[in-house]
Amino acid sequence: MTADKIIFLLIGVLILVSALMVVTTRKLIHAALWLVAALFGVAVLYAILQAGFLAVVQVVVYIGAIAILFIFAVMLTRRDMRDQGPQTRSNWWIAALLGLLILAGLVFLIINQPDVERTAAVIPAGVDTLRNLGTALVSPDAYVLPFEVASVLLLAALVGAVYIAGFGKKS
Amino acid sequence: MTLAGFLNDPINFVAQWLTGLLTGWGFSNGLITVILYFIGILVLVVFVMLLDIGLVWVERKVVARFQDRLGPNRIGPFGLIQPIADIIKLVIKEDITPAGADKVVFNIAPVLAAMSVISLWAILPLSSKIFGVDLNVAVLYLVAAGALGTLSIIMGGWASNNKYALLGAFRMVANMVSYEIPMVVTLLIPVILADTMSVQGITQAQSGMWFAILSPLAFVIFFISAIAELGRSPFDLVEAESELTAGFNVEYSGMKFGWFYASELLHAFTFGGFMAVLFFGGYGGFFGLEKLSAFHWLTNPFIQAAVFIAKAMFGYWAIMWVKYSMPRIRIDHMLAFNWKFLVPLSLVVLVNTAILNKLLAGLPAWGYTLGMFLSNVIIGVVTIEILRAYGRRQHKSEQTLAQAMRN
Amino acid sequence: MSIPLSWYLILAAELFCIGLYGVLSRKNAIAILLGVELMLNAVNVNLVAFWRYLDPAQMAGQVFAVIVFAVAAAEVAVGLALVISVYRRRKTVVADEVDLMKW
Repeated sequence: MTADKIIFLLIGVLILVSALMVVTTRKLIHAALWLVAALFGVAVLYAILQAGFLAVVQVVVYIGAIAILFIFAVMLTRRDMRDQGPQTRSNWWIAALLGLLILAGLVFLIINQPDVERTAAVIPAGVDTLRNLGTALVSPDAYVLPFEVASVLLLAALVGAVYIAGFGKKS
Repeated sequence: MTLAGFLNDPINFVAQWLTGLLTGWGFSNGLITVILYFIGILVLVVFVMLLDIGLVWVERKVVARFQDRLGPNRIGPFGLIQPIADIIKLVIKEDITPAGADKVVFNIAPVLAAMSVISLWAILPLSSKIFGVDLNVAVLYLVAAGALGTLSIIMGGWASNNKYALLGAFRMVANMVSYEIPMVVTLLIPVILADTMSVQGITQAQSGMWFAILSPLAFVIFFISAIAELGRSPFDLVEAESELTAGFNVEYSGMKFGWFYASELLHAFTFGGFMAVLFFGGYGGFFGLEKLSAFHWLTNPFIQAAVFIAKAMFGYWAIMWVKYSMPRIRIDHMLAFNWKFLVPLSLVVLVNTAILNKLLAGLPAWGYTLGMFLSNVIIGVVTIEILRAYGRRQHKSEQTLAQAMRN
Repeated sequence: MSIPLSWYLILAAELFCIGLYGVLSRKNAIAILLGVELMLNAVNVNLVAFWRYLDPAQMAGQVFAVIVFAVAAAEVAVGLALVISVYRRRKTVVADEVDLMKW
């Protein structure tokens, strides 16, 4: 039980407990804040996986933008300051059963893959993953096309969100 | 194990001495590493908090001088014990949680605000040998810590169960999120000029010429958006005492309010530190002077730390200067200024820097500096001309409108 | 890095199933979007774990994760705009009650 295994187990418990609280808590604001905790745990996971850039971008994009969007949306869509009534549908047990079945299936598939207990590949010396990521995102024989398409997608989402949320009153 | 060894490399010196001590006591290597990390974190946090207490005194003295009065001078020589008295007053105040407030979120908000600021000190380099961690994405980490601060403000505003607090929190978050964009864009400019995102790399790349001279417009835009991010005047409509009854922290009393206040001051000083690191050479930036043997003492870690703190203090003083000299700006003007002026200008400066960085790469150092500086001056002049033409047009249309109404 | 790859994959699978439960069992439309976010994060963890464990010199895994970030942000923006717009007209965010087109 080495140190990084202990850290991984702690972070894993944090992520799963926060995710469970997200989907079961009654107050929606608390769900959004538990989501922030889960996203932060995933960011730590990225840091453990030595994808430092993704860890920081996770905090900036998910916690700094998406979680705040959620909190704003929750605050703008409540008739009063309290949540009313049950928050889960009456057939929640089917959803739980389905989730457990899918989890069992996935774990079974994972365990039976060959070579799944491998430890991490060694990063070759002199490979700067950050610089490689930057080059891959803008190099023509790498991933510049998905990168540009993603920016067009974001522009479309921006325009769409502004239009849908209602610039002026439409009756 | 000599004094010279300590003076030249304090952290490694202390770490080696402690390792020797703890191995002698029979601790295992892994445990020693963990203990050393904890001691390092503790020392850093204690240093930052003590600095924060000093900043309360600095703020009150400086605002007093700007307003042509003396400031606190009764308690202790020059009022130096005043912050301690403030802290004691805040601690013994009654801790009110408003009825209907969400207790857990209400209590966590000031802690999160302080956490997001203290975590920034992990990457600020006090010297080439005294720093928390040399992260290779340090510049992005600055943006991430700002995002955590934004979250704490929303939590504080919402948990207070108070319409005005919520409104203040909404406005503050809209402000901070909007001004993150010119801040990130201008943060990219030192990254382009230094070819690395690590603050140590950026500081060392400025040993020849400060980035503030290579790109003064970037510094100005970063300064403005930093002040807006901090929520300080002239962008402090959302938490000024006379507007919206102090905004999101209206329901906080006692030490919780003290945490918000202290973290705001520390955040301002930290941004002063970042301005020093990103644009003014941080702990170095002596224009190549330290390579001469007569000035070799400039590479001593303690001298470098003193230089860094002096530059950060100057940046903090500049932030306070703007705060106590300018009137407040209305929220819609704030956001219009950001989206219609700062964002396009910062994008233009970024593209200009990126292109010139490659075009002028072959020139000698003075040619490069001159080219970059001139390009910034040209962009500045063109911007001012555009603004003037716009102002003239508006003035003329107002005049014709007034004339039409008179006839 | 002595953690086996299967640990990361199982953690991602668990996170995905918790998100799935959230999507299927919650009434509030915003809570459903929270579940979708959890699922997207689980996918990202999977991608980055495979990137690190199989071939860290190839950037495909990280690039895919970055594109998923962008797509998630776009989806949340549009989804929440829709939810807010529906709330303004129908004064409800319960997904079951948005049933004007049902016969």
